[in-house]
Parts: sequence; structure tokens; C-alpha cells
Amino acid sequence: MATSFATYLRNIFDTAATVFEGMAVTCSHFVRRPSTVQYPDRTAVRVQDTLPFRYRGILEVDLEICTGCLACERACPIDCIVIDAPKDKQTRQMLLTRFDIDIAKCMYCGLCSEPCPTGAIHHTPEFEGADFSLESMVRRYVKEPVAAYKPKKVETDPVVAPILERGMRYLEEFASPDGGPTPAEPDEAESAA
Amino acid sequence: MQDFLDGLIEQGTFGHAPAQVVYAIGIVAVAAIVIFGFVLNVAGVTTFIERRVWARIQSRIGPNRVGPQGILQWLADGIKLLMKEEVIPAQADPRLFKLAPYVVTMGFVAAFVAIPFSSALVAADLNVGILYITAVTSLVVVGILMAGWASNNKWSLIGGIRAAAQIVSYEIPAALSIFPIVLITGTLSTQGIIRAQGWAPWSWFLFYNPFTFVAFWILFTALLAEGNRTPFDLPEAESELVAGFVTEYSGARYLFFFLVEWGNLYVISAVLVTLFLGGWQVPFALSDHPVVRNLLQFLTFFAKAYFGVILMMWIRATLPRIRVDQLMSTCWKYLVPIAFANFVGTAVWVAIWPNGNRPVWYLMTAGGFALLGYFFYRVGFHLRRSGAQLLLSPFS
Repeated sequence: MATSFATYLRNIFDTAATVFEGMAVTCSHFVRRPSTVQYPDRTAVRVQDTLPFRYRGILEVDLEICTGCLACERACPIDCIVIDAPKDKQTRQMLLTRFDIDIAKCMYCGLCSEPCPTGAIHHTPEFEGADFSLESMVRRYVKEPVAAYKPKKVETDPVVAPILERGMRYLEEFASPDGGPTPAEPDEAESAA
Repeated sequence: MQDFLDGLIEQGTFGHAPAQVVYAIGIVAVAAIVIFGFVLNVAGVTTFIERRVWARIQSRIGPNRVGPQGILQWLADGIKLLMKEEVIPAQADPRLFKLAPYVVTMGFVAAFVAIPFSSALVAADLNVGILYITAVTSLVVVGILMAGWASNNKWSLIGGIRAAAQIVSYEIPAALSIFPIVLITGTLSTQGIIRAQGWAPWSWFLFYNPFTFVAFWILFTALLAEGNRTPFDLPEAESELVAGFVTEYSGARYLFFFLVEWGNLYVISAVLVTLFLGGWQVPFALSDHPVVRNLLQFLTFFAKAYFGVILMMWIRATLPRIRVDQLMSTCWKYLVPIAFANFVGTAVWVAIWPNGNRPVWYLMTAGGFALLGYFFYRVGFHLRRSGAQLLLSPFS
């Protein structure tokens, strides 16, 4: 009897004490800074700019350096890339007449950007691909037919050179089959140079 | 209120209209003013504030897009619900199903007849005021049971039955915790109980003696349970019963249940403030002008009551829901015996010191403030330990 009454009092005390302590914990949350990110319109920086380097967003093609080799089209496991590259009979040059990527189908596996010899097709940090119809989700990169890029020993064209340099850097850092260097290594290489 | 109308009739404001007609119009006018001017708005704004309070406790922001800081969110929600289609299940009892929300709303709104706003602002200063409030708020259980039964749905029925069991059980400790105050003041009138207290914490009945201090917390717990609030929200436990007795409701009738649920918070707080926290008492020296004085009294009462509302939101964000057997054992094994002991203790106390024991009153107040100080010490402890970034502003 005595012990059960002690338990009874103990229960009352425990209830009051634990509720008191719990209320103190939640009260302390009243003055803590909320951790909500108010995407999309009230973020301090664009979310795209905060994404990691190897983020696989919507694909983009630099037609200036696309060789028309169709390696990406062949690599794509779900055939979401369609390229038409006929040879012009007169100038004997390859013309790019169509380069479509259906981002509704694309599964962002990155297999297309790995075999690309120039880094023309690459992922961007963009991810806001929502649209109102399936048709409008097909990205058409060729507005009017352009000549395919011919690789040279040294690129001298002032317009194409920076694009090519960026593409090759992308290949090196991102799209090499073994996954490229770890993020720490480029810094070391820079400091060594 | 009646005195006011009698005065106007004597002045001949209404010509030769019969007094009963004037009274009837007066009742409707007062009801309309109280409901549209106060109850609806308070219940609505409470839903918004509750969401913001929870959000901050959970490190979120909460609704902040509709209007400045999201203050119009409750209007948007209300309009949305009013525009929605009302679905009545084919197997339901349509008459009872339609009637239930109004019974619930009536039981809740009727409490505002006796809830004072200031020394002059009260719909009717009933001489049985606090008993009347206890009685009419129990009417809510009839509506809830009606809703649960008429929905013809197992979840609704279980929710309704749980609500009935819970409210009927917790009426007892609630009533037993009101008795000590009635013993002290010798009146059931809400205004009379407030007049027996003073503006300062050391003349509130909360600190009158140790028994009333305990009675306050028992009444608080019991009223939480009667209002179906967490940790006693078993009748509408989302994880078990979908939404309990409101499962089948939609549109405007659903809105009525929500109005009652959130409006009830204010009623619960108002009862506690009236009985234990000095009601609308303000230091008399502040103003002699009747309008200014009543305004100050109204603001005091509202501030105290709304602090109670925020306390209940805070509890909801803190405590988990208890089991049905725990609910019953809490009531019958703990609250009822302790409330009885309080009642007897206060009776003896009043017999020994009919006018209260001043030193004990001061001592209890000091103890209360010491407890509050310790609470904030613990809050500071948790803040320091977490090392979290602070944001003191309630806005985002």
C-alpha cells in the first residue's frame, strides 16, 4: 500500500516535471531561426547556383562544337536524343538539321555526355522543366541547319575557342568514364602549376 | 444588458413598442454583434496564429503568402470551404447529419452569453453564469455524438463515442475544480467572481492557496480534454480515425466544426481567466472615464485569454496524444481524487480564513513567479545547449 501510494505520487510528479521540461524545449524553439528555404521566389541566391558541380540537370548542346558524330544518340538508353546530320553534296560538309532532346523521356543518366568528343552535350544545373504539354518538353537545339564542327589541332576561332575549352574541361572533370578527378584534385593541380 | 434596454425604453427611444419586442430585437442584435464581430474573427485568426506558432516550434515558417505575413490565410481557407460541394453519404441519416454541426455550434456560441468582456460588456450577467457555461458547453457532446452516429461510418462512430466518453468523464474534475472558487466567492456569477479578485497576481485566485493552484491546472487539463485538444484529441485522432466524427463532412458544415474547435480555445481560456486569473481587473487608478476603463478591461481580458490560447497551441505542438486507457486513468485515478481533495481543502481553508490568508497568497505568488523564472532558465539552458541561431521576430 505504501509503495503503491509512493508510485502514485511519483507518477504525478513525473507528469508535471516532464511536461514542464518538454514545454521548455518547445518554448526555446519559438526564438530559433526557421530553417525553411522559401523556394522559388524568396531565396537569397538562385537554387541552381547552389547545386554541386556534378549535378545532372537538363541537358544542353553547344552547336558550335558539335561534331555530329551521333555518339550521344547511340549512347542514350531510352532514345530521347534525335539527330539528323546529312552530308551536303556540294560542299561535302556535314550539316546539322535537327538536334532534339525529349526531356520528358530523359532520365538524366549522363551516358550521352561521356562519349561526346568535345563536351558539346552536357548537363546544366537547371531543373525547372515543368511545362503544360509533352510536345513543348522536346528541346529543339537546331533552329536552322548549321555546319558540324570539324576538330582541329589548335582552335583559333575567337568565338569557338572558349566554348571548346569549356567543353573539354567539362569532359575532363565530369564525363570521363571513371568519374573524373575528385573535387579536391583540381585545386591541387592549380596550386602545383 | 437588460438594464441598458430598460433605460432606453424609459427614455422613450422605441416609442410605444412593447418591451418584449425590444428585448427580442436586443437579443438578436447582441448575438449578431458577438458572433460576427468577435467569435468568427477570433476563431478564424486563431487558426492562422496556431499554424504560425506550430511552424515556429517545428523550425518552419508557416503560411505567409496571403496578405501581409499571411494574415488573410484564414479568410482564404474559409471562402474555399464555403465554395466547396457538400457531400452527404448515401447511407447517412440526412436530417441528423445536417443538424449536428448546428448543435455543436450552438453549444459553443451559447457560452458567450455569460463570458464577460469587461465590467460592463457582458451579454447577460447571469447569477448562475459559470454553471451555465459548464452546462451549455456540454451540449457540444450531443452534436458530436449526433455527427458520429449520423455519418454511418465506423470512424465517425468511434470518434463520436470517444468524444462522449471523454467529455462526460472530464466534466467531473472540471466541475470539482470550479467549486473551490465558488466556495471562496460565494457566487456563480462570472462578473461576481472577477469582482472578488484584484488586478495584481497576488490577488488572483490562482495563488489564493495551494489548493486553487492545483485546481487551476486540473481545470486546464479537463477543459483541454473537453475541447478535444491534444493531448486529448482522441475523437479526431488522424492516425487512427481519419478525422473522427468530421470524417464525412465537407464544405460549410466542416467549417462549422472547425469554427467550434478553434473558437472553443478562446472559451476555455476565458473560463480560466475569469475563475483564476483576475478576469478584466485593471488597476483602478488608470482611468475614470467609463469607455476608456472598459476598453482597458477588454484588452486586459483579451490579452490574458489569448495567452491561454497560445499556451494550448504550444501544448499541442509539444505533447503526444495519449491512449484511451491512459485518458480514463488520468481522469478517474488522478484528476478526480485530487480535485476532490482540493475541494475539501479549500472548504476547510475558507472555514478557517473566510477572507483568505494574505501571507499565503503572497507566498504562493512568489512561488509562482519563481517557477516561471526556473522555466525560463530551462528555456535558456536548452537554447545554449543547442547553439541554434536565434530569430526573435515573429515575422519572416
